[in-house]
Amino acid sequence: MRALTWHGTHDVRVDSVPDPEIVNPRDAVIKVTSTAICGSDLHLYDGVIPGMQSGDVLGHEFMGEVVETGSKSTLKKGQRVVIPFTISCGSCFFCEKQQYSACDNSNPVAKQDASEALYGHAMSGLFGYSHLTGGYAGGQAEYVRVPFSDVGPLVVPDHLEDDKVLFLTDILPTGWMAADNADIEPEDTVAVWGCGPVGLFAVQSALLMGAHKVIAIDHYPHRLELAKKLGAETIDFQKTDVREALMEMTGGIGPDAVIDAVGMESHGFGVQNVFDSAKQKVGIGADRPDALRQAILACRKGGRVSMPGVYGGLVDKFPLGALMEKGLQLRTGQTHVQRYIKDLMDRIEKGEIDTTFLISHHLPLEEAPTGYKNFSEKQNEWTKVVLRPGQ
Amino acid sequence: MDERERPIDPAGTYGRPGRSAMPARGGGVPSRSHDDGSHGSSRDLQIAAALVLGGAVGTIFGAKALRERRTGHPDDDAPMTAARRQGGDFDLVGRSVTINKPRAELYAFWRDFSNLPQVMENVERIEPKGAKINNWVIDAPAGRTVNVVTETVDDVKDERIGWRSTPDSDIQTHGHVTFRDAPGGRGTYVDLVIAYDPPLGEMGRLAAKLFQREPEIQARRDLKRFKMLMETGEVATSRNRKAS
Repeated sequence: MRALTWHGTHDVRVDSVPDPEIVNPRDAVIKVTSTAICGSDLHLYDGVIPGMQSGDVLGHEFMGEVVETGSKSTLKKGQRVVIPFTISCGSCFFCEKQQYSACDNSNPVAKQDASEALYGHAMSGLFGYSHLTGGYAGGQAEYVRVPFSDVGPLVVPDHLEDDKVLFLTDILPTGWMAADNADIEPEDTVAVWGCGPVGLFAVQSALLMGAHKVIAIDHYPHRLELAKKLGAETIDFQKTDVREALMEMTGGIGPDAVIDAVGMESHGFGVQNVFDSAKQKVGIGADRPDALRQAILACRKGGRVSMPGVYGGLVDKFPLGALMEKGLQLRTGQTHVQRYIKDLMDRIEKGEIDTTFLISHHLPLEEAPTGYKNFSEKQNEWTKVVLRPGQ
Repeated sequence: MDERERPIDPAGTYGRPGRSAMPARGGGVPSRSHDDGSHGSSRDLQIAAALVLGGAVGTIFGAKALRERRTGHPDDDAPMTAARRQGGDFDLVGRSVTINKPRAELYAFWRDFSNLPQVMENVERIEPKGAKINNWVIDAPAGRTVNVVTETVDDVKDERIGWRSTPDSDIQTHGHVTFRDAPGGRGTYVDLVIAYDPPLGEMGRLAAKLFQREPEIQARRDLKRFKMLMETGEVATSRNRKAS
């Protein structure tokens, strides 16, 4: 089959690789009809996530048709399914608590050592996201082997086309959980750093959860325009002092909740970010948390910090004093997709949520490297790339 | 003390009675020093050898005293497998894992030793040779295998299983696994402790290489595979095809 493979920083290629097959009883094999490039794929593209190997198949946002099932799979051939990017067994302590992205049993044992050493505990398995999270082949491919197919995949009705439901795999539930983690109360003001897909879906989710006002922060005019269309007020951090603006826009209180939807490759202009960036380029595992620093300083006393943005290593100059002295709460984590996916599909079906506005480009799988390059370099126009294998 | 938690100790690996069955730091299997070569005195080693090879009852306070004398610190409540420094003749590996299944089910799987190669990566097969005797065929480098014949020396239904190698085995080892109810309905705490004597001779060197290839990691991986198989019915893999 054809698949998008990683070969190093800014080097991804479409190669021919062996087709997957059923290995474990609960597996299914999916023929991919649509798959997207995620903002977090750009962290892999930029080489800032450890544990990548040449030839790894990328992609964790994908859906398709069931073509093969293991003896313990509950899926049937021909069903259309969306696949959560988190691989979860459904039966461990964490899955039973609906903390699916903390599943104990989905990361193969030999792959657990690295994250256990790095983070103190082994991470769970994710599709196409380095060997720290299992080394599973991803979904930017014609076919994917899906483990624990009786737990993760959600069958979608035929009348909901791919573009409407594809983002249930990751970014829609991630934006939703970001707002959920912000514990939004009615009439709250929520500030969101980053108007990429997750930030935009966090804006949408926060408004659905009853926020009085959502303020979206970015520097790409088109992305800010998308946020405005969703109902947010906007701040362009290239033109405006963000903290001062937020204080003025909230009567001197500060936002009740702040959401960092940027993560480890923040584009800040502070002097600190220059050092962070240099450290990241020489590969010493430093994240660039400029947006997070700003969010913590802006948040009102006793407020909530939600951090859906991806971080992988260590940060310097983390404003721990501000976090403590202001009594903030910080909540974060990889998304517990299976906890939210059914409810979100119902909302899509009822027309409460529409995610298709985000898609700027459809490309055949063969042109995936172009998609990566442009999604990385032309973030203003290339807001979301959907790949169609087999076209 | 809860009957369930009584430390039964064929290998002399528990620290002292009257508390959790987690093997206690400072307990009875003194083992080879891993970091700075600071072995105990020869008398300590004799005591150690007696504790291990004798598997003796009544050695517990001796072991505690031994360790307290060596470290100059009072004993703590941590399992001794977490000790920063071990001393003595036997190497010791221990890990704990929580498995979301009842004790009886886990015990039943482990009691049939022929099941264990499903989760123990370097064990090719285990052949029963009698009610309590099992022959373990363990993969060694260069396509060779080593044989360890074990006798089950402790067996309490749904609670614990202990085994010990017979003298003609390629490696001298003993181990035990205990099953305890975890609090809050989390299933079962499974503690695995294996002590082994770094062996002599050509076969011994092979075996040593095998075991000393990060035995701590091996034990952890084996237990995690056990957990996966019990909780999910399969062992997770990212292989995309059956044939590797």
